[in-house]
Amino acid sequence: MIALLRRDLALAVRAGGGFGLGLAFFLIVVTLVPFGVGPDGGLLARIAPGVLWVGALLACLLSLDRIFALDWEDGSLDLLATAPLPLEGLVSIKALAHWIVTGLPLVLAAPFFGVLLSLPLEGYVPLTLSLALGTPALSVIGTFGAALTVGIKRGGLLLSLLVLPLYMPTLIFGADMARRGAEGFDWSTPGFLLAGITCGVIALLPFASAAVLRVNLR
Amino acid sequence: MASIWEYANPNNFIDTTDKLLPWISILAVLTLVVGLVWGFFFTPDDYRQGATVKIIYLHVPSALMAINAWLMMLVASLIWIIRRHHVSALAARAAAPIGATMTVIALVTGAIWGQPMWGTWWAWDPRLTSFLILFLFYLGYIALWSAIENDDTAADLTAVLCLVGSVFAVLSRYAVNFWNQGLHQGASLSLDKEENVADVFYHPLLLSIAGFILLFIALVFLRTQTEIRARRMRALLTRERLS
Repeated sequence: MIALLRRDLALAVRAGGGFGLGLAFFLIVVTLVPFGVGPDGGLLARIAPGVLWVGALLACLLSLDRIFALDWEDGSLDLLATAPLPLEGLVSIKALAHWIVTGLPLVLAAPFFGVLLSLPLEGYVPLTLSLALGTPALSVIGTFGAALTVGIKRGGLLLSLLVLPLYMPTLIFGADMARRGAEGFDWSTPGFLLAGITCGVIALLPFASAAVLRVNLR
Repeated sequence: MASIWEYANPNNFIDTTDKLLPWISILAVLTLVVGLVWGFFFTPDDYRQGATVKIIYLHVPSALMAINAWLMMLVASLIWIIRRHHVSALAARAAAPIGATMTVIALVTGAIWGQPMWGTWWAWDPRLTSFLILFLFYLGYIALWSAIENDDTAADLTAVLCLVGSVFAVLSRYAVNFWNQGLHQGASLSLDKEENVADVFYHPLLLSIAGFILLFIALVFLRTQTEIRARRMRALLTRERLS
C-alpha cells in the first residue's frame, strides 16, 4: 500500500500538471471573484468563506478524472486489480493520494487566499479547519465518481454531473462552518456534522467505489 | 401460487402488463380527469389564496411521485443487484425520466404558485432546494445510463449510483434544513388528520394523487415494455448481421 501511495505521489509530481494545477485554478477562481462582484471589501469579506469553499470544490473536481484514467489507459489498473491488495484498499489509497496532491495544498493555501478576499480575522481558524475536515470527503466521493466513469470516453463532463450533487452535504456544512466562524458565531455544530460526514464517507464509500471498479474492469 | 419473481421473465411481464395496461390507463385518465375537474371547477376559492390554491392538485401529487419514483428505482436497483433480473433494471431505467418530469412539474407549479403568494418565483428554501438537488440526481442517473454502451455494465453502475445517491439525497435533505429556514408550508397531507387540508380540498386531492400514481404505473409498464422490445430488436439485428 505504501509503495502504491509513493508511486501515485511520484507520478503526480513528475507527470506535470498534477500537483500545482489545482492550486493555480483555486488562485484564479479567487482572483476572478472580485472582478465579478466588485472590489468592495465588506462584500468580499461576507462572501469569502463561500467563495473559498466553492473554489476548493471546483479545484478538487478538476483533477478527479486523473485518478484512474491514466492507469486505465496503460492497463496498469488491471494489474493493480489482480494484485494481492484488495480493491477497497486500492481505492482508499487512490483517494488518499488525490487528497495529498490536491486537498492538502488547498487547505494550506486557503488562509493566504483568505487575505486576498479580506476575510475577517476570526474566520481563519474555522475556514482552515473546515477545509481540513471537508476535503478528504471531497476526495473520497470524487474517487467514487471517477471509478464510475473510468470506462467512458470523454467522461469529464458526466463526472461533474454525477459528483456535484454528491458534494452537496459536504459543501453545506463546510461553508456554513466557515461562514459562522467569519461572523463570530459558534461553529462547533456544523463542524461536528462535517466531521461525521467525512468519517462516514471514508468508512463506507470505498466499498461502493471498489464495486463499480470491479464492474468496469469486467 | 404465482410468485412475484415470475414477472422477472420478460415474456410473463409483457403478457401480464399487456392485459393490465388498458385498464390502468383508462382508470388513470378517469381519476385524473375527475379529480382535476372537480378540484379546478367545483371547489371554493381559499379565503386568503384565492384561486391559486387549486394548483395544489398538480403540485402535491407530482411532488409525491417525484420522490416515490426514486424509491421505486431504489427498490428495482436492489432487486437487480441481488437477484439480477433484467426486467428490474429496465424498469428502473424506465422510471427515471418520468421521475425527472414529475420533479420539474412540481418545481414549475410551485414557482407559478409562489409568484403571487410569496412574491417570488424561487426562494432558497429547504424543500425547494432539496427538490432541485433531487432533479440533479435524476439528471446524473439518466446521463450515466445513456453514456455506457454495454447494457449490463450500465445497469450495474447505475444501480450502485442509485443506492449511493439515495443516501446522499437523504443527507442533503436534512443538510439544507440546517442551512436555511423554510418559507414552504408544512405537509398538506398526513396520516394523523389534525393538520390536513380542509375536506372540500381533500377529496379531489386524493383523487388526483390516485390518478398520478396510476399514470406513473401505466407509464412505467409501457416504457419497460418498450425497453424490453428495443433490446430484443438489437439482439435480432446483431444475430442477423452475424449470420
